[in-house]
Amino acid sequence: MPVRVQREDFDVGAEIGALTRGATDVGAVASFVGLVRDTNDGSGVSEMTLEHYPGMTERALEEIVAQARGRWRVADLLVIHRYGRLLPGERIVLVVVTGAHRGEAFAACEFVMDYLKTRAPFWKKETTAAGSRWVEAREADDEAAARWDAQRPGG
Amino acid sequence: MSIRILYFAGLRERLGAAGEDFALSPGLDTVGALRRRLCERGGAWEALAEGRSLRMAVNQRMADAGAALRDGDEVAFFPPVTGG
Repeated sequence: MPVRVQREDFDVGAEIGALTRGATDVGAVASFVGLVRDTNDGSGVSEMTLEHYPGMTERALEEIVAQARGRWRVADLLVIHRYGRLLPGERIVLVVVTGAHRGEAFAACEFVMDYLKTRAPFWKKETTAAGSRWVEAREADDEAAARWDAQRPGG
Repeated sequence: MSIRILYFAGLRERLGAAGEDFALSPGLDTVGALRRRLCERGGAWEALAEGRSLRMAVNQRMADAGAALRDGDEVAFFPPVTGG
């Protein structure tokens, strides 16, 4: 399963190991791990709750993975995204891309994260000393995703 | 002719509703028309007003205001996403 949406934590080493076991044609593994920070917009964050849209979330992530496969020659892709209550320092998301060479693996990994940020239906609510607040979407994330739209597939 | 509507995150909290079954009336055949109808309920429902930054999905795919509605569809309204 290239896409997993789960409450539980994940083991980065074990996931990369599983993806590369026996894959002797793979020369590159690019990965990204997103963590909960203890500050945001100048306030201390004591915890975070991630809500998602069951069904659509998996479908959106699978579509992003399929698009990445269409753009770059990669061997394998894995996306794990957690939901529920998370504390600062905890892992939120993992993207792993394997391939023959680093260039395509790096690019595909960044693409998956940029698209995930703007297209996968997750919402963060953070708890600060002043109470709970929903995290606002950032324009910079839209811009990061849009720069891939301007590029030809494979570019 | 009825559809299922879902609300998520800050919008769900503002409306005090995670979802509802909704009967489609003649002429109410796009996501945009549905959004306007819901907004007309007034009060908290004005969070669905056209100028508000909201995303829409039909049958779990992102949709724009012109997307057609059919019997049995699952329609969702939610704020811009903030995962990752």
